[in-house]
Amino acid sequence: MGAGHAHVLYRDRSSPVHRLPPEVKITAMVVFTVAVVATPREAFWAFGGHAILITLVAALARIGPGWLATRALIEVPFVVFAFALPFLGSGDRVHWLGLELSVDGLYGGWNILAKGTLGVLASLVLAGTTTPRDLLLGLDRLRCPQIVTQIATFMLRYLDVLVGEARRMRIARVSRGDDPRFLWQLRGFAAGIGALFLRAFERGERVYLAMVARGYQGRMPDVRRGAGAAGLRHWLAAATVPLAATGVATAAAVLG
Amino acid sequence: MIGYVDRVPAADVTSADGSVSAGVPSLDVRGLHYSYPDGHVALRGVDLVVPRGGRVALLGPNGAGKTTLVLHLNGILSGGGGTVTVGGLTVTRDRATLAEIRRRVGIVFQDPDDQLFLPTVAEDVAFGPANLGLRGAELESRVTEALDAVGMTEHRDRAPQHLSFGQRRRVAVATVLAMRPEILVLDEPSSNLDPAARRELAAILRRLPVTMLMVTHDLPYALELCDRAVILDAGRIVADGATAELLADAELLARHRLELPYGFDPALAARQLAAHQGGMVR
Repeated sequence: MGAGHAHVLYRDRSSPVHRLPPEVKITAMVVFTVAVVATPREAFWAFGGHAILITLVAALARIGPGWLATRALIEVPFVVFAFALPFLGSGDRVHWLGLELSVDGLYGGWNILAKGTLGVLASLVLAGTTTPRDLLLGLDRLRCPQIVTQIATFMLRYLDVLVGEARRMRIARVSRGDDPRFLWQLRGFAAGIGALFLRAFERGERVYLAMVARGYQGRMPDVRRGAGAAGLRHWLAAATVPLAATGVATAAAVLG
Repeated sequence: MIGYVDRVPAADVTSADGSVSAGVPSLDVRGLHYSYPDGHVALRGVDLVVPRGGRVALLGPNGAGKTTLVLHLNGILSGGGGTVTVGGLTVTRDRATLAEIRRRVGIVFQDPDDQLFLPTVAEDVAFGPANLGLRGAELESRVTEALDAVGMTEHRDRAPQHLSFGQRRRVAVATVLAMRPEILVLDEPSSNLDPAARRELAAILRRLPVTMLMVTHDLPYALELCDRAVILDAGRIVADGATAELLADAELLARHRLELPYGFDPALAARQLAAHQGGMVR
């Protein structure tokens, strides 16, 4: 973050996936995730199929498996519960390595883990191939409420400013001998958070004034919505992945 | 006064540039009063006329009412008595009038991070003209023209937070130039700039063919860029004259908490400036 680069997840490459318009990629990702979630948990082979699809797209986008794997660790806190299920579940039990595990719980845990991982990987491929700016543009073109995209746009722009302010305040605090090691020494830090909130609040007011001074009347002009929007060609290209996933999910549901 | 236009039809808002006749001043402030809701009196009858093409420095200590005055120029603050007229159009609460006033008065705020709020430079410069209703190629040419004027064309697709402070300030100037303002109002344009960025900005501002009102504490900068200066103190204009003469009056400056930098000789600087400008003309 030293130079203030906000692209935490974006991988700057040149690939067909990178070049797709953002609204197409967002839609493809959402449909793919829905297909994954709709796949019956007993159809193990189907999850293999979904994983192959993700791997193909990631390879096409030149995103390495190592990068995906480390970034996917973010799901760990959310799927911890999945590991507890085999122990907590009721019904039939199996014995494995001296452990008594619930069959239903094993299926439940697998369900959460497999679907969660595939969903996170799909989001990572999207984030890795689309800048935050383009994601917002895509959401805007998909008719996401403007208030949501505007708030996110402001976050994107001012996060670095805020982080910079927080860093300068911390340096000023530490320079005056503040060295918090324990929870009860966090008074300075907590006061800093309060000051930061006030500054952000005041800045919001100044930003608004500056916007009004340039003729803002409560609605953002929709300047970029039209330019570079997706054509039929893009939609067809991006549809291959969610369609394949839907096919896999349907087959799994029919075949059992 | 001649050629008063009290209301501008909405259709004129996008196209009205330079439609003002030459005799009408860019800015005409009369008897402006303002008190904040907490009772603090900020302006006590300000009168100020800036002719077309004029370059005026607005000097004054902190708390003199400079920012309050600036916020009156485009109708963000109003209602305390007195009138503000920009290129013949008087500020009222009417929406169409306010929209046109905000096109005519381009305010560059002190902190560029307050002004630049969109993810890329080009989008931010397009924000003002897009609010005026411009789209497509016309909007694009406005953005290019404004970025050209401040020498930032090659940075158009960069994020503001990735630019240096001086570059951000230049982009902030471009964001209002894109609206082709009648008068450019700069709030402390030289603050926080390193000497090189300060000099580069001065060169850019000097070239701009617009009326300019520059609010500043930086007296040498005022001398360099504005031939006329006014001093605002305690909500009143207390002095109005040639910048070189005002800065030479040590007693006047001291009375209003204004100070020249150590070792700065305003008479010498004015002579050098005159010689330099004479050289440029030749």
